[in-house]
Amino acid sequence: MFEDLRDLYQEVIFDHNRNPRNFRVIEDADRKVEGFNPLCGDRLTLYLKMDGDRIADASFQGSGCAISTASVSLMTEIIKDKTEAEAEALFLTFHEMTTGKSEDIQLEAVGKLAVLAGVREYPARVKCATLAWHTLDAALKNQQEAVSTE
Amino acid sequence: MTTFPIERIRADFPILAEKIRGKDLVYLDNAASCQKPDIVIECMNHVYRHDYANIHRGVHTLSVRSTDKYEAAREKVRDFINAESSKEIIFVRGATEAINLIAQTYGKANIKAGDEILITAMEHHSNIVPWQMLCEQTEAVLRVAPMNQVGELLFDDFTQLLNEKTKLVAVVHMSNALGTINPVKDIIAAAHAKDIPVLLDGAQAIPHIPVDVQTLDCDFYVFSGHKLYGPSGIGVLYGKQAFLEAMPPYQGGGDMIRTVTFEKSTYAALPHKFEAGTPAIAEVIGLGAAIGYLNGIGMADIAAYEAELLTYATEQAKQIDGLKIIGEAKDKGAILSFTLGKIHPHDIGTMLDSLGIAIRAGHHCAMPVMEFYGVPATARASFAMYNTKQEIDVLMEGIKSLIKVFG
Repeated sequence: MFEDLRDLYQEVIFDHNRNPRNFRVIEDADRKVEGFNPLCGDRLTLYLKMDGDRIADASFQGSGCAISTASVSLMTEIIKDKTEAEAEALFLTFHEMTTGKSEDIQLEAVGKLAVLAGVREYPARVKCATLAWHTLDAALKNQQEAVSTE
Repeated sequence: MTTFPIERIRADFPILAEKIRGKDLVYLDNAASCQKPDIVIECMNHVYRHDYANIHRGVHTLSVRSTDKYEAAREKVRDFINAESSKEIIFVRGATEAINLIAQTYGKANIKAGDEILITAMEHHSNIVPWQMLCEQTEAVLRVAPMNQVGELLFDDFTQLLNEKTKLVAVVHMSNALGTINPVKDIIAAAHAKDIPVLLDGAQAIPHIPVDVQTLDCDFYVFSGHKLYGPSGIGVLYGKQAFLEAMPPYQGGGDMIRTVTFEKSTYAALPHKFEAGTPAIAEVIGLGAAIGYLNGIGMADIAAYEAELLTYATEQAKQIDGLKIIGEAKDKGAILSFTLGKIHPHDIGTMLDSLGIAIRAGHHCAMPVMEFYGVPATARASFAMYNTKQEIDVLMEGIKSLIKVFG
């Protein structure tokens, strides 16, 4: 019935929505930033445990739609063991992939995150996918204040 | 209901023939904004092709023609809500601007530090934030009358909050997030017993319920044109003449003055005192056309038809496992707000859109209502006179299918 949506709601997204990875609090987190999408009420808290400039552990809490939950779940998996510079580079690539500004994004470069490329066809849902990454960006820049997608 | 001319009405709305993602459009976002009948679209087209010029100014033919049509629309609005005089009908941009106008004129002139403004727990942001802004300016206090779990105002609590410090009651006639129709006659009687004026936010009520401001005896009534099958960018502030006369003007400029010198200006009489600058001329005339269209069908018949739609939709929705209706007031307009367990309303909205169904997903500009129910958002199907039971069936099938997909 929802054939048209197959690019947006891939099985991986349903999987991460049902069973979000790293859905927990890191008690001794070095970075903790809240992200908020006032348009739809999505809220998440991102926790990072650093080891020098390397992300030793990443987790989140909060509630959101399937796209935003899958996006943050996938993100916490992929950024683990990345350096801050590598994570920042991923943020930029992910942003370009979802906002569709660049036609020739190398989907291999983003690995599993490619399942979220479909949002670019749904402008109303782009912020759902990028909320996690804007929150990460703030955490990497060591900002304390909550992030809003507005 | 058998006599309700649903086929003819649907044929009057060209957009209803639109295909969305290859499917028939099922438009159920009417509480956000209604679609427009041909007669409104053609009316505005005609204004720009044949009648348009600025109003209340020139002696030339087109200015006279535009002015006549503009003022005729004011008279149609007066008649539609049964105001005593067309001087009591002020054209503004929408319900939001009307409330801001009252807050910044009536409110600033009459509400002082320590005074109270009483609203309810189910208000739209547009009937919360203007009062908060006024309270910041004046150090007045905003009080909120509570509601129960089904979304009904707790009337005893409301009356207990009325006291000698209360300077204004501002209440939504029909809630956009819950559908609740408030007992406005009782509210007004209780407030008037203590000489407290009452403002009704009629943005949602006006397309669904016959409104008679003299029978209600409200002091202010506000609504938007775009929810009444008319154009966006136009709305109405009704105020009792005595209040409007006493209120200072809102904005200064052309059309609202009698004389201007550099020392002092005098203001125009009602209603022009509150209509500074060139107004939304074609939109006002278009709103008049929308009202004419509704009069041709009859608001009582529309209300009865929509009540049947709501009853049907509610019955169908209750048969779906996992669907929770948010807002089940006994007296309720044609709005069905709901949640589907863990499935987020935005996912519901996108999935239904792929089937051609337009609903609203979000907080409906009523964040305190969402907080009350402990949800970040709801999905909302809101019905208009052109919706059908068949469309409700399409909606319910869509909901059942998406529940399956989410597992």
